[in-house]
Amino acid sequence: MDGGEQKDTQANAPSVIDRYYTRWYRADLKGKPCEDHCILQHSNRICVVTLAETHPILQSGRTIKSINYQISNVCSRLNNKVSGKSKRGGQFLTDFAPLCRITCTDETEYTVYSCIRGRLLEVNESILETPTLLLEKPSTEGYIAVILPKFEESKSITENLLSREEFESVLAKRKVAESQPS
Amino acid sequence: MLPLKDKDKPMVQMLLLAGCCARCILRFCCVSVHAAYRQPPQNTLKQLQAFISDTENSKSQDSAVPEPPEDPPSKRAKLEPGVTDAVLERDDEAAAPRVCVVCLGILQDMCGTSQAVKVSEAVKAENYEFDTVVLSVSLPAQLCVREHSCWLHVKKEVREKGLVLDKDDVIQVKEAFKWIMQGLVAKELGGIAVVTKVGNIHDEKKNILVFTRMAVVKALEKIPDFKFLKHYPCPPAQPTSSCSPQDVRCLHGSVFVAGRYNKFCRSLPQTPWVIDGERRMESSVEELIAAPLLAAFRADGFNFSSSGREDVDVRTLGNGRPFAMELLNPHRSRFNRAEMKQLQETINKSSDKIRVRDLQIVTRQAMSRMKEGEEEKTKSYTALIWTQKPIQREDITFIDDIKDLTVDQKTPLRVLHRRALAVRPRVIHSMNARFLDPHHFYLGLKTQAGTYIKEFVHGDFGRTKPNLCQLLKTDTDILELDVESVDVDWPPAIPE
Repeated sequence: MDGGEQKDTQANAPSVIDRYYTRWYRADLKGKPCEDHCILQHSNRICVVTLAETHPILQSGRTIKSINYQISNVCSRLNNKVSGKSKRGGQFLTDFAPLCRITCTDETEYTVYSCIRGRLLEVNESILETPTLLLEKPSTEGYIAVILPKFEESKSITENLLSREEFESVLAKRKVAESQPS
Repeated sequence: MLPLKDKDKPMVQMLLLAGCCARCILRFCCVSVHAAYRQPPQNTLKQLQAFISDTENSKSQDSAVPEPPEDPPSKRAKLEPGVTDAVLERDDEAAAPRVCVVCLGILQDMCGTSQAVKVSEAVKAENYEFDTVVLSVSLPAQLCVREHSCWLHVKKEVREKGLVLDKDDVIQVKEAFKWIMQGLVAKELGGIAVVTKVGNIHDEKKNILVFTRMAVVKALEKIPDFKFLKHYPCPPAQPTSSCSPQDVRCLHGSVFVAGRYNKFCRSLPQTPWVIDGERRMESSVEELIAAPLLAAFRADGFNFSSSGREDVDVRTLGNGRPFAMELLNPHRSRFNRAEMKQLQETINKSSDKIRVRDLQIVTRQAMSRMKEGEEEKTKSYTALIWTQKPIQREDITFIDDIKDLTVDQKTPLRVLHRRALAVRPRVIHSMNARFLDPHHFYLGLKTQAGTYIKEFVHGDFGRTKPNLCQLLKTDTDILELDVESVDVDWPPAIPE
């Protein structure tokens, strides 16, 4: 994707994500155009929720004003705590559970969703202090949350999601639609 | 002569009447002279009967015991033929003594030369290498109930006579069994010492029992006498058949073998790797080490443990990683230094993926040395690092000056499914960098055990802080990792 890196032979070598994670996508979340999410699923079933590189927040020129994990008056994802090997006490999330709301300096607000069922293990507090992480490294240090799907659902939770190929074909169609004069 | 006192007479009488065998009577009279149990039970019975009739002669006026004179003689008549042939008791079934109401025949037919032969044959068949044998017996839980009933039976009488006796003073069936059988089994095994272990290693039979022995014992401790007597006959009822021996099982105590291993292969897990019931990778370090050991010790199985472990794609070089292996039920257990060296050679020749050194037999206690203080020990690594931005020789020299850097590691996502989520501070004592080319260098690290090196290098989504990406201000990744040393001074080195 990044043309600048192509010169380097090692840029094509598989990254940490390539080696251990599978990328899954949800496009146009809740019908909102281009609000694409990317779920990185580790081979041990743990999922990392990130913004897909096509998400409006990540388009050039946007600046983040605030990130809010307080998703309602009574529920803040920051209060999530898990204990022990079995991760007791974590908030249980369904596909469309909101994780956080991100407001850009142009006052547009976006909601980031869980996309998968599972137990919330942690949210990324680093992006609260350094919101630029989200813009600069959306798929690594700028991740949103870590979710542990139920063991028995670890295969089925990604059934509703798009594979990398399917997502790319969605992007291709989108491009065609854009280029056609309406 | 039996070591019985006059005060025991009423009890002997009662127990004979109740249908107790001669040896159980000795038990309830708290006779602890082993020889009394070892003599043929028919002789003991005769002596007991003589002992009582002596009472009757001297105190024939005693009206408290009117019935006994009739019963014992008839029993004696029955017994006579059996006495003539002590070994082949089954010769005349009609004349066989009644099955004891307390021990269900365990101290009768089950306690003799033929059973001793069975036990010793079972031991011999396994072809063990051993000096001593511990004889254990696992008895049915039902026996506790019969014992309790019999105890209540004599307790009543004993109290009336003003005798003091505690249930714990009664010799246990298994004790009497061992006193009788140990000598017999030793003889059959050709003079091998059969010893009793106090606080024994109990070989519990895994029968499909409704109640475990412990549950029965506990219940008997709690139940009030009147309640027990309401539900169970006292003295216990005459059984229709005797207890039959299930099987004889032999077990040799575990032998522990320790050493250090090298792993030269980046596609070899330490232990079998199974995902969704399916095997990944064909072998493992523990299997490569275990196979020759199992064969040499003729053991049934093993338990492998080691001072930490490396990932499947990580090599372990240098002096290797300390490990210990428990060999279960080994049939051979004595190996001298030369033989252990030979065994080490066998392991090393069997595969070029691993190598073993300092192979030795250790004690179970010594093994704990390996695990204790595992976290305080240090480990050294070499990692091949890739940098996104091109680097020059001098860009990485500052790394050599970093000393005792504490990194806060959130449980790596890689292991988060099986470890608790926590932030663990770990110390990187020192590092050194060796430039390779503009995108690669070798990083040497000496760290506190428990530091996750891969995560320190790539940062694990920024969850390990600080990480090498931050130190070098560019994305970094780890391409190869080797463990250079695991600084645990156990097991002791064996000079080549």
